[in-house]
Amino acid sequence: MKKQSSDSNPAPVMPALPEPLKDLKIKYTKIFIDNEWHDSVSGKKFAVFNPATEEKICEVEEGDKADVDKAVKAARKAFELGSTWRTMDASERGRLLNKLADLVERDRLILATMETIDGGKLFSMAYLMDLGACIKTLRYCAGWADKIHGRTVPMDGNFFTFTRHEPIGVCGQIIPWNFPLVMFIWKIAPALCCGNTVVVKPAEQTPLSALYMGSLIKEAGFPPGVVNIVPGFGPTAGAAISHHMDIDKVAFTGSTEVGKLIKEAAGKSNLKRVTLELGGKSPNIIFADADLDAAVEFAHIGLFYHQGQCCIAGSRIFVEEPIYDEFVRRSIERAKKYTLGDPLKPGVQQGPQIDKEQYKKILELIESGKKEGAKLECGGGPWGDKGYFIQPTVFSNVTDDMRIAKEEIFGPVQQIMKFKTIDEVIKRANNTTYGLAAAVFTKDIDKALTFAAALQAGTVWVNCYSALSAQCPFGGFKMSGNGREM
Amino acid sequence: ASPIPAPNPRPDIAYSKIFINNEWHDAVSKKTFPTINPATGEVICQVAEGDKVNAVGLRWVCSPWEQVQRGWRGRHHPMSHLGSSVFAAALETLDNGKPYAISYLVDLDMVVKCLRYFAGWSDKFHGKTIPLDGDFFCYTRHEPVGVCGQIIPWNFPLLMQAWKLGPALATGNVVVMKVAEQTPLTALYVASLIKEAGFPPGVVNIIPGYGTTAGAAISSHMDVDKVAFTGSTEVGHLIQKAAAESNLKRVTLELGGKSPNIIMSDADMDWAVDQAHFALFFNQGQCCCAGSRTYVQEGIYNEFVERSVEKAKARVVGNPFDFKTEQGPQVDEEQFKKILGYISTGQREGAKLLCGGSPAADRGYFIQPTVFGDVQDSMTIAREEIFGPVMQILKFRTIEEVIERANDSKYGLAAAVFTRDLDKANFVSQSLRAGTVWINCYDVFGAQAPFGGYKASGNGRELGEYGLEAYVEVKN
Repeated sequence: MKKQSSDSNPAPVMPALPEPLKDLKIKYTKIFIDNEWHDSVSGKKFAVFNPATEEKICEVEEGDKADVDKAVKAARKAFELGSTWRTMDASERGRLLNKLADLVERDRLILATMETIDGGKLFSMAYLMDLGACIKTLRYCAGWADKIHGRTVPMDGNFFTFTRHEPIGVCGQIIPWNFPLVMFIWKIAPALCCGNTVVVKPAEQTPLSALYMGSLIKEAGFPPGVVNIVPGFGPTAGAAISHHMDIDKVAFTGSTEVGKLIKEAAGKSNLKRVTLELGGKSPNIIFADADLDAAVEFAHIGLFYHQGQCCIAGSRIFVEEPIYDEFVRRSIERAKKYTLGDPLKPGVQQGPQIDKEQYKKILELIESGKKEGAKLECGGGPWGDKGYFIQPTVFSNVTDDMRIAKEEIFGPVQQIMKFKTIDEVIKRANNTTYGLAAAVFTKDIDKALTFAAALQAGTVWVNCYSALSAQCPFGGFKMSGNGREM
Repeated sequence: ASPIPAPNPRPDIAYSKIFINNEWHDAVSKKTFPTINPATGEVICQVAEGDKVNAVGLRWVCSPWEQVQRGWRGRHHPMSHLGSSVFAAALETLDNGKPYAISYLVDLDMVVKCLRYFAGWSDKFHGKTIPLDGDFFCYTRHEPVGVCGQIIPWNFPLLMQAWKLGPALATGNVVVMKVAEQTPLTALYVASLIKEAGFPPGVVNIIPGYGTTAGAAISSHMDVDKVAFTGSTEVGHLIQKAAAESNLKRVTLELGGKSPNIIMSDADMDWAVDQAHFALFFNQGQCCCAGSRTYVQEGIYNEFVERSVEKAKARVVGNPFDFKTEQGPQVDEEQFKKILGYISTGQREGAKLLCGGSPAADRGYFIQPTVFGDVQDSMTIAREEIFGPVMQILKFRTIEEVIERANDSKYGLAAAVFTRDLDKANFVSQSLRAGTVWINCYDVFGAQAPFGGYKASGNGRELGEYGLEAYVEVKN
């Protein structure tokens, strides 16, 4: 996705892609509290694996409730009235976020290599897209720090009334493994911009880039206790956060199943504020008057990006009857030309799924597709003898009642279904408990605006897919989440 | 805190031409004018004198800047390096006369903060989607106004340049800036940084020259979409007239003031004396918002006057490059003579000259810190903007009286009240017809907070989110 540029008007071009670092040393594997590195209270550690090779990268301290307690204490202290962080000029918070962006830029290659090895992400994508988004998000939020306005309010009666937009307090943030660093930044940047302190639990599959960020956060000059990072597992460290009586807010990105647990825990404990960014089964609706080439390409990337492991994956593609056959044909062709392999290597177009659990789940859903009568057009099984690789898979003639049409697969499995009329497809697209994103491809203004209004989704794309940027709010309707990020 | 880095009091002047399209041009007429060091009266160098012809036809050189990604726009701002700060501060002192320690610690610091603040707004100035009656999709775009003429004064050359460029560029406009003939040098240095930062050619154009020629050419230009002016109320009238007579270009003005500083008898006396002194004497009295009518409640009047005189007498006037100096020279001979004229009028009309009143040196435009007591509202020195180190102290009895007297002015730029009483603070601050009211402080500024005048002190607001409004055209 190269940006447009013109002679008279040079827009920033993508940086040239360097080679990934050879022999990346993992320096930071401990728990980060108060700008210091701690062993786990229990002494336990857990292993972190490279999903392309199934080999162990290193061991990381395993945080649990006791470690979360320590982190919350540090975050609470840093948030005390009169603390450095509470009394800092808002513009200075912005300066620190910009400094952090500078450091991420400096260490872009290290972080991109790390994301690839830990997360199975294509190195080119990690370097260009993930790291690019991290830097921009930090800078975007840096700019907001001293622009968060309250109001003065002309109340009835002889009163001077004004609102202050105060930080919530100690924020627990639980992040997923599909975009480890981007999700880390999406959580901490707005929280810090508004003056909160945070306790972050990165995913157990992918803790390494978050821990590296701890070192940059310290280097940038954030006061101790403002950011604390506790690697560990969901049922232990994650649950400790969502149940904690001294955490004021929890933000979670992950599965809808766990999202429900988090919200329940918040209700059971101290009514902490909850924001959730959960799963999706996003409809991508292609009309006969669409630009077919563009639609096929966007639909393809919209599903297969990052091995299908995107909450916004366009995993129900509704194609208008007249162009259905041609669309299927072109989509199969597009999905067939894939080179799978080690995501660090150039020329590789698809990496592994994140771990064995995901791998098995995806294969199981593929089998259900075959069993329930969808037409397997290509792929349909594992690839290679090492690593969690799955062939890019396309199903056509999918009907709405099949499991592959209802459940989030989170893998490289594309579903194509047929529709006849606008009213029909609106109903079918909305017939889901999810509501994260949606798209419509058409040249007709009226159709485009109708769908923008009719689709129950937090983001609706018109003639594009996956267009995201720090300036745009993102989040789900219904069970895809509560609240908006960015 | 780290000590202030020492300046070079003879900085090299590399840039003294007209900056158009990221290139340096001579004046079409080949004319130049001298810029003077007000501490010595000597010429620093000659500067290309821009006139109508240079200002004309700039539309064609202004590239389609607004198409450039907004976030990227925010990333590029000059003045982020220490080295350039030291140099710029020294050059500012040389050309304007303000003490170097202050150029460095205050002016430059505020310049950088202003640019960073507006850089952050670039991709955040949202339009709206609107639930209109009827089956319509309705939304607004905040489009850049277009070619903005910006005419800036000599009292805070770098800061006024940043105040103008920040919001204009953040919202995607292109700029033709005429800098004051008294102080063109630092703006031209910044032009070189603009080029270095990577702004496309034609986005910022800077023309040194005179108001009656280059300035007038801008305000009456048929192809300039908006003019922003900071300077005297007298010239503000001319700009607005010219805008109306030419193409109805949008106008914002930031003009003069005669700001009342009200000291209630329950104020913290030490603090009030200190702040009232600062409010008047800062920047050699050359602030549009100077607290130039100090109203003191009768119960504390005598003591306040005595302490203010003591403080004024102790003010160190001298070479602005000397770190001990608190007050440098006035900016030029015209201002120097005008201020001395007001002092003599004050004496003639019966105000009590308590200290100062004369030039402070044989060379350069230095004036002694001057305090008048027993000033009456009807006196010239209580009504007209002096723009020099001349403090007027007036007595009042009641809150209602002082509010009426404070508001009895054609100006309305700023005001202040010093009191420990919450209700008095609220009552007075809500009653004053002034764009900024300070409570128990004075001259507190921030890039985040809007600044501008009521009445003849101006139209519109600069800084803060409000400052963006004048630079966008709302398309529905």
